Amino acid sequence: MAKSGIRRNSKMLRAKFAELHPPLDDDEAAAAAVHCLYCYDAPCTRACPTRIDIPHFIRQILHKDTRGAAKTILDANIFGGSCARVCPTEVLCEGACVDNTLLNEPVLIGRLQRFACDDSHEASMNFYTPGADTGKRVAIIGAGPAGLTCAHELRKQGHRVTVFEARDVAGGLNTLGIAAYKISTEFALSEVERIMKMGIDLRLGSPVDADRLAQYLLEYDAVFLAVGLGRTAPLDIPGENLKGVWEALDFIFQTHTKPLNKCKVGKQVVVIGGGNTAIDAANAAVRLGAESVTVAYRRDKHAMPAFEHEYDLALSSGVQILWLTKPLKIMGRAGKVAGVRVQRVRLDGRGRKARLEPVRGSEYTLPCDMMIKALGQETLHELLEVFPKLKLTKNGRVVVNPRTGATSIPKLFAGGDCQKDAGEEVVNAVEAGKIAAAGIVALLSR
Amino acid sequence: MNGTPSTTNGDVDLSIEFCGVRAPNPFWLASGPPTNSEYQVRRAFEAGWGGAVWKTISHEPIVNVSSRYGAVDYEGRKVMGLNNIELITDRTLEDNLREIANVKRDFPNHALFVSLMVESKREAWHDIVKRTEDTGADGLELNFGCPHGMSERGMGSAVGQVPEYTQMITEWVKEVARTPVMVKLTPNITDVGAIGRAGARGGADAIALINTLNSIMGVDLDTLAPKPHVRGQGSHGGYCGPAVKPIALHMVSQIANDPEIGLPISGIGGIQTWQEATEHMLLGAASIQVCTAVMHFGFRIVEELISGVSNWMRAKGFGACGDFVGASRERVRDWSDLDLNYKVVAEIDQQTCINCGLCYIACEDGCHQSINIERVPESQFRKTRRDIADRTFVSGTKRYTFGAGDGYVNRFTINQETCVGCNMCALICPVEGCIAMVEIDTGKPPMSWREYQKRLAAGETELLEPPKHV
Ligand SMILES: Cc1cc2nc3c(=O)[nH]c(=O)nc-3n(C[C@H](O)[C@H](O)[C@H](O)COP(=O)(O)OP(=O)(O)OC[C@H]3O[C@@H](n4cnc5c(N)ncnc54)[C@H](O)[C@@H]3O)c2cc1C
Ligand SMILES: Cc1cc2nc3c(=O)[nH]c(=O)nc-3n(C[C@H](O)[C@H](O)[C@H](O)COP(=O)(O)O)c2cc1C
Ligand code: SF4
Ligand code: SF4
Ligand code: SF4
Repeated sequence: MAKSGIRRNSKMLRAKFAELHPPLDDDEAAAAAVHCLYCYDAPCTRACPTRIDIPHFIRQILHKDTRGAAKTILDANIFGGSCARVCPTEVLCEGACVDNTLLNEPVLIGRLQRFACDDSHEASMNFYTPGADTGKRVAIIGAGPAGLTCAHELRKQGHRVTVFEARDVAGGLNTLGIAAYKISTEFALSEVERIMKMGIDLRLGSPVDADRLAQYLLEYDAVFLAVGLGRTAPLDIPGENLKGVWEALDFIFQTHTKPLNKCKVGKQVVVIGGGNTAIDAANAAVRLGAESVTVAYRRDKHAMPAFEHEYDLALSSGVQILWLTKPLKIMGRAGKVAGVRVQRVRLDGRGRKARLEPVRGSEYTLPCDMMIKALGQETLHELLEVFPKLKLTKNGRVVVNPRTGATSIPKLFAGGDCQKDAGEEVVNAVEAGKIAAAGIVALLSR
Repeated sequence: MNGTPSTTNGDVDLSIEFCGVRAPNPFWLASGPPTNSEYQVRRAFEAGWGGAVWKTISHEPIVNVSSRYGAVDYEGRKVMGLNNIELITDRTLEDNLREIANVKRDFPNHALFVSLMVESKREAWHDIVKRTEDTGADGLELNFGCPHGMSERGMGSAVGQVPEYTQMITEWVKEVARTPVMVKLTPNITDVGAIGRAGARGGADAIALINTLNSIMGVDLDTLAPKPHVRGQGSHGGYCGPAVKPIALHMVSQIANDPEIGLPISGIGGIQTWQEATEHMLLGAASIQVCTAVMHFGFRIVEELISGVSNWMRAKGFGACGDFVGASRERVRDWSDLDLNYKVVAEIDQQTCINCGLCYIACEDGCHQSINIERVPESQFRKTRRDIADRTFVSGTKRYTFGAGDGYVNRFTINQETCVGCNMCALICPVEGCIAMVEIDTGKPPMSWREYQKRLAAGETELLEPPKHV
């Protein structure tokens, strides 16, 4: 596994991780902005979870008021620059744009949003100031997009905010988890910085356990739980502890925490899963220099949750996809992964509910020196399940009031990836942070 | 090197005769920078232009300033309008006359007019007319139109804004001219007909219009200087280009419909496409002149003019320009002649509508509150469209709909009871043909406002109901 044999220089790697959608220059932005029709009750805005007023900011770009455009965006979404880079715009704003029907392609909303945010990035550091002190104190658990957005909104209203973050870096998965060819670590951190300017007591390296949570519920006027999700779910097959078996999250984290030429990657990589995380991990492995990358998914294409555009990117990057292929066992040699024993399956029924029937005698081994587990993330049940009164869904997500973010426990709010029906995108986490902030503000003004 | 005698394009013949001067086609260059020199006019004729009016000459060359032009760009499209503070020729009379003679010698079948502007003195006009005609040029155009610079010296629009001066100078020219004399009118006047009639009384053989409109192009928001500027200061300049076409058409039609004028018209102003050229001709222009479009794109645009008009003529069954010049002239009437009992209402084609809502907000905020908005659940909307495969796509395990958001699509319908038939929604709808203005039968015979007034006075009709509003 690892650096063995693959020659990589850092310049080449940086080029491979160059952003997927490079920034627009002034002329390109003007040309793109012209295509916006300025729709009434614009479908794009309705399709944006944070309801950015898209026709408004595009018209501001068109009329050379990029600072105004940036303000429009950030007013609705304080992670506007990140979202411009990481949102699956294909299925959000751009997927709703009426120009798809008129011109067969949408307005380049994501890239225009990036243009405005980047252009006024420095100025935007001073767009917001804290409200007059109310003396109320709110604890926020988790410094991901949901937690930090909530912190920002609360500071605007003058509430005091303490954010407890387990890791020693802020921003959650927006900083560490998103494919590095979509967003740079530095940019993600600069958007955190803008929020920090509001005067937030951020405690890095401060994991909150059930006891502390109970204590904060007593000490603070309100608590917002924005802890996201936990580890990648195990495959529950033999061999998961072999050297060279990675969790997708750890694999992607390294592209944000280490220089690219220090990141570990195998020559032959097998990824297990069919979601966006699996595809992201596969794309990152190719870019880090793996010779072959194979994604094995147990269902078929119709049931694959990964977005079409992510899947297309993987194919065009040279990733191989094996459908209807289920892992049985991870094979090792001298304590290190050497291959994955897989079996073909047949579907009984259609879609995601179809039953998987193993095809007897179809077992074979996919040789590899790195295996990446990319099933979904588990919930943080250790933290959540100790509160008997905290209502959770069957799969361990926190049940919240969708309009206020309130949980079943008084003064405790929750939102982001950890909540029921989470959108599992940065933009949804931001909206959840806004909703909870409004809910908390309403509670505190009572 | 000789130009072809006529631009024939298969079965249609574009050649014209304009106040006795023949030209292979009606597309001429207007007096301006493109007709400044022999080099340019040669290239223009070789490119296919049927005629040209030489850049305005005078006894002495003038001195120009820099910079000189300004433009209006509109949301990404360059030069919807152009203005200039340039004066007439900056070359010597001798150079101009020699080059005019050269061109005429080599292009005997093209129409070459020469634009003139001199001091308002009889001898001065007599002199320049004679010397110009000695070149063999086909005709003269009197520049009574330039709105800037020259007018401050008593020339150009200073003449063209006063009927008496216009008539007097035209008479001076006609005293000695042997070739046709065309008077070029300024649009910077309340009633262009008054000047046209003065030209006709003075003996003009044709009318050309319009020259440029007085304008200030803008103000630079960094330096606060007007645009264009000369060391930070600007001046009123002449406006032209696509933006001025409607004004030009109005004035062409006014001259064409004036019973006291009755002269051939050379239509100028905002012509860039064959459609615009044809519109000028339908309202009465027997030749057309182009300046800005050539300054923008060069001489070869004449190829699209020739091809476009020819194909249109073919489709309409016109064999020659004379078949349609002025065909729409009489359709421009006084408002009081229009039929009050004619009624159209808007109708939206739901199958081509892209659900952008532009029509709704235009009618709601700016017009007559006659468009209904209805939230249709996305799933239901998908069942109503025949082309739904083109309106949706699948990604991951979900299906998405263009134009939908938050689970619904807005559907827009016209309330034809209150729609006044103003056209606004049809004008702004981004989908060609999606909103039609359809005639509805009012069951009443045509009645103009004039007739209405008469019938009211005679007690033969009731007062018409005002429209229903919200
Ligand atoms: C591989 C991958 C790729 C992704 N790609 C995209 C993408 O391209 N576009 C997109 O929009 N979204 C993407 N996402 C999803 C997106 O990152 C998340 O939806 C979003 O970050 C959720 O925000 P959050 O604030 O709810 O949680 P997180 O971002 O997970 O933040 C939670 C924070 O809470 C902290 N925390 C957890 N437990 C505790 C505790 N007990 N005490 C203190 N702190 C704690 C965590 O350390 C973390 O910093 C991706 C996710 C993954 C896993
Ligand atoms: C830079 C410039 C210089 C012009 N100079 C003259 C001129 O010398 N004499 C004249 O009669 N008209 C002059 N014109 C006016 C044009 O001949 C024409 O009447 C006007 O531009 C409208 O036509 P267009 O919209 O096709 O440009 C000039 C126009 C421009 C743009
Ligand atoms: S849907 Fe498209 S065209 Fe309409 S406002 Fe949004 S970006 Fe503009
Ligand atoms: S024609 Fe005018 S009044 Fe009628 S619906 Fe359209 S905008 Fe409204
Ligand atoms: S403007 Fe045209 S396309 Fe847009 S909603 Fe109205 S009818 Fe439909």
